Amino acid sequence: MTEKRKAVALISGGLDSLLAARVMMDQGVHVEGINFYTGFCVEGHTHAIRKKDRARPKRNNALWVAEQLGIKLHMIDIIEEYKDVVINPKHGYGANLNPCLDCKIFMVNKARAWIDANGFDCIITGEVIGQRPMSQRRDTMPVVARESGADDRLVRPLCAKNLPATRPEQEGWLDRDRLHAFSGRSRKPQMALAAHYGFEDYAQPAGGCCFLTDKQYSVKLADLWATRGKREYELDDIMLLKVGRHLRPRPNYKLIVGREEGENRFMEGYRKRFVHLLPTSHSGPLVLLDGEPDDSDIELAARLTARFSQGRDAEYVTVEVTGVDGASRALAVKPYPAGQVPADWYL
Amino acid sequence: MKSVDARRLLCPLPVIRTQDAVADLHPGDSLRVLCTDPGVIHDIPAWCRVHGHEVCDIDEQEDTITITIRVGSH
Ligand code: SF4
Repeated sequence: MTEKRKAVALISGGLDSLLAARVMMDQGVHVEGINFYTGFCVEGHTHAIRKKDRARPKRNNALWVAEQLGIKLHMIDIIEEYKDVVINPKHGYGANLNPCLDCKIFMVNKARAWIDANGFDCIITGEVIGQRPMSQRRDTMPVVARESGADDRLVRPLCAKNLPATRPEQEGWLDRDRLHAFSGRSRKPQMALAAHYGFEDYAQPAGGCCFLTDKQYSVKLADLWATRGKREYELDDIMLLKVGRHLRPRPNYKLIVGREEGENRFMEGYRKRFVHLLPTSHSGPLVLLDGEPDDSDIELAARLTARFSQGRDAEYVTVEVTGVDGASRALAVKPYPAGQVPADWYL
Repeated sequence: MKSVDARRLLCPLPVIRTQDAVADLHPGDSLRVLCTDPGVIHDIPAWCRVHGHEVCDIDEQEDTITITIRVGSH
Protein backbone atom coordinates (compact mmCIF):
# COMPACT_ATOMS: atom_id res chain seq x y z
CA MET A 1 0.00 0.00 0.00
CA THR A 2 1.29 3.45 -0.83
CA GLU A 3 1.75 5.81 2.05
CA LYS A 4 -0.99 8.36 2.59
CA ARG A 5 -0.27 11.76 1.09
CA LYS A 6 -0.09 14.59 3.59
CA ALA A 7 -1.23 18.19 3.41
CA VAL A 8 -1.14 21.04 5.87
CA ALA A 9 -4.10 23.41 5.81
CA LEU A 10 -3.90 27.06 6.82
CA ILE A 11 -6.73 27.23 9.33
CA SER A 12 -7.99 30.71 10.15
CA GLY A 13 -11.13 29.57 11.91
CA GLY A 14 -13.45 30.70 9.12
CA LEU A 15 -15.63 28.61 6.87
CA ASP A 16 -13.43 28.60 3.76
CA SER A 17 -10.40 26.94 5.29
CA LEU A 18 -12.68 24.44 7.03
CA LEU A 19 -14.19 23.44 3.69
CA ALA A 20 -10.87 23.42 1.83
CA ALA A 21 -9.42 20.97 4.35
CA ARG A 22 -12.55 18.82 4.26
CA VAL A 23 -12.50 18.58 0.45
CA MET A 24 -8.94 17.24 0.60
CA MET A 25 -9.82 14.75 3.33
CA ASP A 26 -12.58 13.47 1.06
CA GLN A 27 -9.87 12.33 -1.32
CA GLY A 28 -8.09 10.36 1.36
CA VAL A 29 -5.38 12.95 2.02
CA HIS A 30 -4.05 13.14 5.59
CA VAL A 31 -4.61 16.72 6.70
CA GLU A 32 -3.23 18.65 9.67
CA GLY A 33 -3.92 22.30 10.36
CA ILE A 34 -1.60 25.20 10.97
CA ASN A 35 -2.69 28.49 12.52
CA PHE A 36 -0.60 31.62 12.85
CA TYR A 37 -1.01 34.07 15.69
CA THR A 38 0.01 37.58 14.64
CA GLY A 39 -1.33 39.55 17.62
CA PHE A 40 -3.94 41.19 15.36
CA CYS A 41 -6.15 38.12 15.11
CA VAL A 42 -9.77 38.61 16.09
CA GLU A 43 -9.52 35.26 17.85
CA GLY A 44 -9.15 34.31 21.43
CA HIS A 45 -8.54 36.94 24.01
CA THR A 46 -10.78 39.58 22.47
CA HIS A 47 -13.90 37.91 23.68
CA ALA A 48 -12.44 37.48 27.12
CA ILE A 49 -12.20 41.24 27.49
CA ARG A 50 -15.60 42.78 26.95
CA LYS A 51 -18.39 41.75 29.19
CA LYS A 52 -21.02 42.00 26.48
CA ASP A 53 -19.09 39.38 24.54
CA ARG A 54 -18.83 37.00 27.45
CA ALA A 55 -22.25 35.53 26.81
CA ARG A 56 -21.05 34.24 23.42
CA PRO A 57 -19.32 30.90 23.38
CA LYS A 58 -15.71 31.47 24.34
CA ARG A 59 -14.16 29.34 21.72
CA ASN A 60 -11.11 29.59 19.57
CA ASN A 61 -12.48 29.15 16.08
CA ALA A 62 -9.35 27.57 14.66
CA LEU A 63 -9.45 24.90 17.38
CA TRP A 64 -13.17 24.47 16.80
CA VAL A 65 -12.53 23.87 13.09
CA ALA A 66 -9.82 21.32 13.90
CA GLU A 67 -12.23 19.51 16.19
CA GLN A 68 -14.95 19.46 13.57
CA LEU A 69 -12.50 17.95 11.11
CA GLY A 70 -10.84 15.65 13.62
CA ILE A 71 -7.38 16.92 12.68
CA LYS A 72 -4.39 18.18 14.63
CA LEU A 73 -3.84 21.92 14.78
CA HIS A 74 -0.38 23.43 15.10
CA MET A 75 -0.58 26.96 16.48
CA ILE A 76 2.39 29.16 15.80
CA ASP A 77 3.37 32.43 17.42
CA ILE A 78 4.63 34.76 14.66
CA ILE A 79 4.20 38.02 16.57
CA GLU A 80 7.81 39.19 16.20
CA GLU A 81 8.42 38.20 12.59
CA TYR A 82 5.06 39.54 11.50
CA LYS A 83 5.97 43.10 12.47
CA ASP A 84 7.95 43.54 9.30
CA VAL A 85 4.93 42.44 7.25
CA VAL A 86 2.76 45.10 8.86
CA ILE A 87 5.37 47.83 8.87
CA ASN A 88 6.94 47.33 5.43
CA PRO A 89 4.54 45.50 3.15
CA LYS A 90 6.16 45.20 -0.26
CA HIS A 91 2.78 45.00 -1.96
CA GLY A 92 1.20 47.76 0.12
CA TYR A 93 -1.99 47.92 2.16
CA GLY A 94 -5.62 47.18 1.40
CA ALA A 95 -8.43 49.56 2.31
CA ASN A 96 -7.01 49.95 5.84
CA LEU A 97 -3.67 48.91 7.35
CA ASN A 98 -4.18 45.33 6.20
CA PRO A 99 -1.19 44.05 4.23
CA CYS A 100 -3.19 41.05 2.97
CA LEU A 101 -1.02 40.07 0.04
CA ASP A 102 2.25 40.19 1.97
CA CYS A 103 0.51 38.48 4.86
CA LYS A 104 -0.63 35.58 2.70
CA ILE A 105 2.82 35.24 1.14
CA PHE A 106 4.39 35.25 4.59
CA MET A 107 2.04 32.62 6.00
CA VAL A 108 2.24 30.33 2.99
CA ASN A 109 6.01 30.66 3.11
CA LYS A 110 5.98 29.64 6.81
CA ALA A 111 3.76 26.70 5.92
CA ARG A 112 6.16 25.75 3.13
CA ALA A 113 9.03 25.64 5.61
CA TRP A 114 6.81 23.56 7.88
CA ILE A 115 5.95 20.96 5.23
CA ASP A 116 9.61 20.69 4.27
CA ALA A 117 10.55 20.09 7.90
CA ASN A 118 7.73 17.62 8.53
CA GLY A 119 7.68 15.65 5.29
CA PHE A 120 4.29 16.83 4.05
CA ASP A 121 3.40 17.04 0.35
CA CYS A 122 1.43 20.23 -0.06
CA ILE A 123 -0.26 23.26 1.48
CA ILE A 124 -3.99 23.96 1.38
CA THR A 125 -5.70 27.32 1.71
CA GLY A 126 -9.37 28.25 1.55
CA GLU A 127 -8.74 31.03 -0.93
CA VAL A 128 -11.34 31.73 -3.61
CA ILE A 129 -10.64 33.85 -6.68
CA GLY A 130 -12.33 37.22 -6.41
CA GLN A 131 -13.43 36.70 -2.82
CA ARG A 132 -11.28 39.46 -1.37
CA PRO A 133 -10.17 42.61 -3.12
CA MET A 134 -6.46 42.32 -2.48
CA SER A 135 -5.02 38.89 -1.86
CA GLN A 136 -7.57 36.73 -3.60
CA ARG A 137 -7.60 38.03 -7.17
CA ARG A 138 -6.80 36.16 -10.34
CA ASP A 139 -3.61 38.17 -10.75
CA THR A 140 -2.46 37.98 -7.12
CA MET A 141 -3.04 34.30 -6.45
CA PRO A 142 -0.03 33.25 -8.57
CA VAL A 143 2.01 35.91 -6.72
CA VAL A 144 1.29 34.16 -3.42
CA ALA A 145 2.31 30.79 -4.87
CA ARG A 146 5.49 32.14 -6.39
CA GLU A 147 6.76 34.53 -3.73
CA SER A 148 6.07 32.10 -0.90
CA GLY A 149 8.18 29.49 -2.65
CA ALA A 150 5.29 27.01 -2.46
CA ASP A 151 4.71 27.17 -6.23
CA ASP A 152 2.77 24.17 -7.46
CA ARG A 153 2.57 22.69 -3.97
CA LEU A 154 -0.05 25.27 -3.01
CA VAL A 155 -3.55 23.84 -3.50
CA ARG A 156 -6.73 25.91 -3.29
CA PRO A 157 -9.41 23.20 -3.37
CA LEU A 158 -12.32 25.64 -3.50
CA CYS A 159 -11.24 27.25 -6.77
CA ALA A 160 -8.67 24.79 -8.10
CA LYS A 161 -10.54 24.23 -11.34
CA ASN A 162 -10.04 27.88 -12.23
CA LEU A 163 -6.29 27.65 -11.70
CA PRO A 164 -3.45 25.72 -13.36
CA ALA A 165 -3.05 22.13 -12.16
CA THR A 166 -0.94 21.82 -9.02
CA ARG A 167 1.70 19.18 -8.41
CA PRO A 168 -0.67 16.77 -6.56
CA GLU A 169 -3.03 16.95 -9.54
CA GLN A 170 -0.19 16.43 -12.01
CA GLU A 171 1.13 13.51 -10.01
CA GLY A 172 -2.32 12.00 -10.12
CA TRP A 173 -3.04 11.57 -6.41
CA LEU A 174 -5.51 14.46 -6.27
CA ASP A 175 -8.53 14.29 -8.57
CA ARG A 176 -9.10 17.70 -10.13
CA ASP A 177 -12.67 16.76 -11.02
CA ARG A 178 -13.53 16.49 -7.35
CA LEU A 179 -12.16 19.94 -6.54
CA HIS A 180 -14.22 23.11 -6.96
CA ALA A 181 -14.51 26.14 -9.22
CA PHE A 182 -15.85 28.79 -6.84
CA SER A 183 -15.21 32.41 -7.75
CA GLY A 184 -16.42 35.86 -6.81
CA ARG A 185 -17.75 37.36 -3.63
CA SER A 186 -20.86 35.23 -3.26
CA ARG A 187 -20.87 33.04 -0.15
CA LYS A 188 -23.62 30.78 -1.46
CA PRO A 189 -21.39 27.99 -2.86
CA GLN A 190 -19.54 27.80 0.48
CA MET A 191 -22.78 27.67 2.41
CA ALA A 192 -24.13 24.94 0.17
CA LEU A 193 -20.94 22.93 0.59
CA ALA A 194 -21.08 23.45 4.36
CA ALA A 195 -24.63 22.12 4.35
CA HIS A 196 -23.53 19.16 2.22
CA TYR A 197 -20.93 18.24 4.85
CA GLY A 198 -23.27 19.01 7.72
CA PHE A 199 -21.24 21.87 9.20
CA GLU A 200 -23.27 24.31 11.27
CA ASP A 201 -22.47 27.13 13.63
CA TYR A 202 -19.25 28.06 11.82
CA ALA A 203 -17.71 31.52 12.12
CA GLN A 204 -18.29 34.01 9.33
CA PRO A 205 -15.93 36.93 9.84
CA ALA A 206 -17.15 39.92 7.87
CA GLY A 207 -14.14 41.92 6.74
CA GLY A 208 -11.22 39.62 7.22
CA CYS A 209 -9.46 37.50 9.74
CA CYS A 210 -7.78 40.31 11.66
CA PHE A 211 -8.15 43.74 13.21
CA LEU A 212 -6.03 45.34 10.51
CA THR A 213 -9.04 45.29 8.18
CA ASP A 214 -10.97 47.38 10.71
CA LYS A 215 -11.04 51.09 9.92
CA GLN A 216 -11.19 52.34 13.51
CA TYR A 217 -8.38 50.03 14.53
CA SER A 218 -6.19 51.18 11.64
CA VAL A 219 -6.78 54.83 12.53
CA LYS A 220 -5.52 54.11 16.06
CA LEU A 221 -2.47 52.25 14.78
CA ALA A 222 -1.65 55.06 12.32
CA ASP A 223 -1.98 57.55 15.20
CA LEU A 224 0.39 55.47 17.32
CA TRP A 225 3.03 55.52 14.60
CA ALA A 226 2.55 59.20 13.77
CA THR A 227 2.83 60.41 17.35
CA ARG A 228 5.79 58.21 18.20
CA GLY A 229 7.53 59.28 15.01
CA LYS A 230 8.36 55.62 14.40
CA ARG A 231 6.52 52.82 12.68
CA GLU A 232 6.99 50.29 15.46
CA TYR A 233 4.87 48.44 17.94
CA GLU A 234 5.02 45.99 20.79
CA LEU A 235 2.41 43.34 21.50
CA ASP A 236 1.05 45.39 24.42
CA ASP A 237 0.52 48.39 22.13
CA ILE A 238 -1.59 46.50 19.64
CA MET A 239 -3.54 44.77 22.41
CA LEU A 240 -4.43 48.10 23.98
CA LEU A 241 -5.67 49.39 20.61
CA LYS A 242 -8.42 46.80 20.91
CA VAL A 243 -9.86 48.12 24.17
CA GLY A 244 -11.40 51.32 25.48
CA ARG A 245 -12.11 54.71 23.99
CA HIS A 246 -8.96 56.37 22.73
CA LEU A 247 -8.78 60.16 22.99
CA ARG A 248 -5.88 62.34 22.01
CA PRO A 249 -6.46 65.78 23.52
CA ARG A 250 -2.84 66.89 22.89
CA PRO A 251 -0.13 65.58 20.57
CA ASN A 252 2.09 64.46 23.47
CA TYR A 253 -0.33 62.01 25.07
CA LYS A 254 -3.48 60.01 24.61
CA LEU A 255 -5.97 58.54 27.04
CA ILE A 256 -7.40 55.05 26.99
CA VAL A 257 -10.72 55.07 28.81
CA GLY A 258 -12.21 51.75 29.90
CA ARG A 259 -15.79 51.44 28.65
CA GLU A 260 -16.95 48.79 31.04
CA GLU A 261 -15.93 46.44 33.80
CA GLY A 262 -14.32 43.85 31.53
CA GLU A 263 -12.13 46.45 29.85
CA ASN A 264 -11.23 48.07 33.16
CA ARG A 265 -10.11 44.71 34.49
CA PHE A 266 -8.08 44.00 31.36
CA MET A 267 -6.45 47.44 31.55
CA GLU A 268 -5.55 46.96 35.21
CA GLY A 269 -2.87 44.57 34.01
CA TYR A 270 -1.16 47.52 32.31
CA ARG A 271 -1.40 49.99 35.20
CA LYS A 272 2.23 49.73 36.26
CA ARG A 273 3.46 50.81 32.85
CA PHE A 274 1.33 53.96 32.49
CA VAL A 275 0.32 57.03 34.41
CA HIS A 276 -3.25 56.11 35.28
CA LEU A 277 -6.31 57.82 36.64
CA LEU A 278 -9.27 56.55 38.60
CA PRO A 279 -12.20 58.52 40.02
CA THR A 280 -12.50 57.95 43.78
CA SER A 281 -15.45 60.15 44.79
CA HIS A 282 -17.68 58.50 42.17
CA SER A 283 -17.49 55.25 40.33
CA GLY A 284 -15.91 55.50 36.93
CA PRO A 285 -13.45 54.10 34.44
CA LEU A 286 -9.80 53.30 34.73
CA VAL A 287 -7.92 55.62 32.39
CA LEU A 288 -4.42 54.93 31.11
CA LEU A 289 -2.34 57.85 29.92
CA ASP A 290 0.11 57.01 27.16
CA GLY A 291 2.69 59.72 26.61
CA GLU A 292 4.67 62.41 28.39
CA PRO A 293 2.26 64.69 30.23
CA ASP A 294 3.01 67.92 32.08
CA ASP A 295 0.91 69.23 35.01
CA SER A 296 -1.67 70.95 32.82
CA ASP A 297 -2.04 67.75 30.79
CA ILE A 298 -2.69 65.81 34.00
CA GLU A 299 -5.35 68.31 35.02
CA LEU A 300 -7.10 67.96 31.63
CA ALA A 301 -6.77 64.17 31.77
CA ALA A 302 -8.35 64.18 35.23
CA ARG A 303 -11.25 66.37 34.02
CA LEU A 304 -11.84 64.00 31.12
CA THR A 305 -11.70 61.01 33.48
CA ALA A 306 -14.35 62.76 35.61
CA ARG A 307 -16.45 63.33 32.50
CA PHE A 308 -16.65 59.57 31.91
CA SER A 309 -17.45 58.84 35.58
CA GLN A 310 -20.79 58.70 37.39
CA GLY A 311 -19.92 62.18 38.68
CA ARG A 312 -20.08 63.77 35.23
CA ASP A 313 -22.81 66.18 36.44
CA ALA A 314 -21.26 66.81 39.87
CA GLU A 315 -19.47 70.03 40.65
CA TYR A 316 -16.24 68.26 41.57
CA VAL A 317 -14.94 64.77 41.17
CA THR A 318 -11.90 63.45 42.99
CA VAL A 319 -9.54 61.60 40.70
CA GLU A 320 -6.56 59.62 41.91
CA VAL A 321 -3.56 60.01 39.63
CA THR A 322 -0.78 57.43 39.90
CA GLY A 323 2.57 57.78 38.20
CA VAL A 324 4.71 55.01 36.78
CA ASP A 325 6.76 55.24 39.99
CA GLY A 326 3.62 54.18 41.90
CA ALA A 327 3.21 57.51 43.72
CA SER A 328 -0.42 58.69 43.88
CA ARG A 329 -2.09 61.99 44.47
CA ALA A 330 -5.73 63.06 44.55
CA LEU A 331 -7.01 65.88 42.39
CA ALA A 332 -10.44 67.47 42.82
CA VAL A 333 -11.50 68.59 39.35
CA LYS A 334 -14.52 69.92 37.50
CA PRO A 335 -15.74 67.28 35.05
CA TYR A 336 -15.13 68.27 31.44
CA PRO A 337 -18.54 69.24 30.03
CA ALA A 338 -19.89 66.21 28.20
CA GLY A 339 -21.06 67.95 25.05
CA GLN A 340 -17.84 69.91 24.70
CA VAL A 341 -15.26 67.19 24.19
CA PRO A 342 -14.08 67.98 20.64
CA ALA A 343 -15.00 65.20 18.23
CA ASP A 344 -11.50 65.14 16.78
CA TRP A 345 -10.03 64.11 20.13
CA TYR A 346 -11.61 60.72 19.64
CA LEU A 347 -9.45 58.35 17.61
CA MET B 1 6.39 17.94 37.10
CA LYS B 2 7.28 20.37 34.38
CA SER B 3 5.33 23.60 34.49
CA VAL B 4 4.65 26.54 32.20
CA ASP B 5 3.97 30.04 33.44
CA ALA B 6 1.46 31.59 31.05
CA ARG B 7 0.14 34.12 33.52
CA ARG B 8 -0.75 37.51 32.01
CA LEU B 9 -0.70 36.04 28.52
CA LEU B 10 -3.90 36.22 26.54
CA CYS B 11 -5.36 33.40 24.48
CA PRO B 12 -4.18 31.87 22.27
CA LEU B 13 -0.68 32.44 23.67
CA PRO B 14 -1.17 30.17 26.72
CA VAL B 15 -2.27 27.43 24.31
CA ILE B 16 0.80 27.98 22.15
CA ARG B 17 3.11 27.88 25.20
CA THR B 18 1.41 24.66 26.30
CA GLN B 19 1.87 23.15 22.86
CA ASP B 20 5.54 24.09 22.76
CA ALA B 21 6.14 22.60 26.21
CA VAL B 22 4.32 19.37 25.34
CA ALA B 23 6.52 18.98 22.25
CA ASP B 24 9.47 18.24 24.57
CA LEU B 25 7.59 15.71 26.72
CA HIS B 26 6.86 12.00 26.38
CA PRO B 27 3.58 10.12 26.51
CA GLY B 28 2.46 9.76 30.11
CA ASP B 29 4.36 12.84 31.30
CA SER B 30 2.43 15.54 33.10
CA LEU B 31 2.52 19.28 32.63
CA ARG B 32 1.16 22.05 34.81
CA VAL B 33 0.13 25.34 33.14
CA LEU B 34 -0.49 28.49 35.17
CA CYS B 35 -2.77 31.03 33.50
CA THR B 36 -4.81 34.13 34.18
CA ASP B 37 -6.91 34.49 31.00
CA PRO B 38 -10.22 32.70 31.64
CA GLY B 39 -10.31 31.83 27.92
CA VAL B 40 -7.90 28.95 28.68
CA ILE B 41 -10.66 27.02 30.45
CA HIS B 42 -12.13 26.47 27.03
CA ASP B 43 -9.12 26.61 24.74
CA ILE B 44 -6.57 24.36 26.47
CA PRO B 45 -9.02 21.43 26.81
CA ALA B 46 -10.02 21.96 23.14
CA TRP B 47 -6.37 21.85 22.12
CA CYS B 48 -5.87 18.70 24.23
CA ARG B 49 -8.85 16.96 22.62
CA VAL B 50 -7.51 17.75 19.17
CA HIS B 51 -4.09 16.31 20.01
CA GLY B 52 -5.16 13.41 22.18
CA HIS B 53 -3.86 14.68 25.54
CA GLU B 54 -5.79 14.42 28.76
CA VAL B 55 -6.81 17.29 31.01
CA CYS B 56 -6.46 15.89 34.54
CA ASP B 57 -7.44 18.95 36.51
CA ILE B 58 -8.52 22.57 36.22
CA ASP B 59 -8.08 24.50 39.44
CA GLU B 60 -9.27 28.09 39.76
CA GLN B 61 -7.86 30.02 42.72
CA GLU B 62 -8.51 33.73 42.85
CA ASP B 63 -6.93 34.99 39.64
CA THR B 64 -4.81 32.00 38.77
CA ILE B 65 -6.06 29.03 36.82
CA THR B 66 -3.90 25.91 37.00
CA ILE B 67 -4.44 23.26 34.37
CA THR B 68 -2.78 19.86 34.65
CA ILE B 69 -2.33 17.82 31.51
CA ARG B 70 -1.19 14.27 30.87
CA VAL B 71 0.54 13.88 27.53
CA GLY B 72 -1.04 11.37 25.15
CA SER B 73 0.78 9.34 22.54
CA HIS B 74 1.18 12.30 20.15
S1 SF4 C 1 -7.14 40.10 7.00
FE1 SF4 C 1 -5.29 40.20 8.27
S2 SF4 C 1 -4.72 38.05 8.67
FE2 SF4 C 1 -6.17 38.06 6.91
S3 SF4 C 1 -4.85 38.13 5.09
FE3 SF4 C 1 -5.39 40.27 5.58
S4 SF4 C 1 -3.70 40.99 6.90
FE4 SF4 C 1 -3.59 38.74 6.85
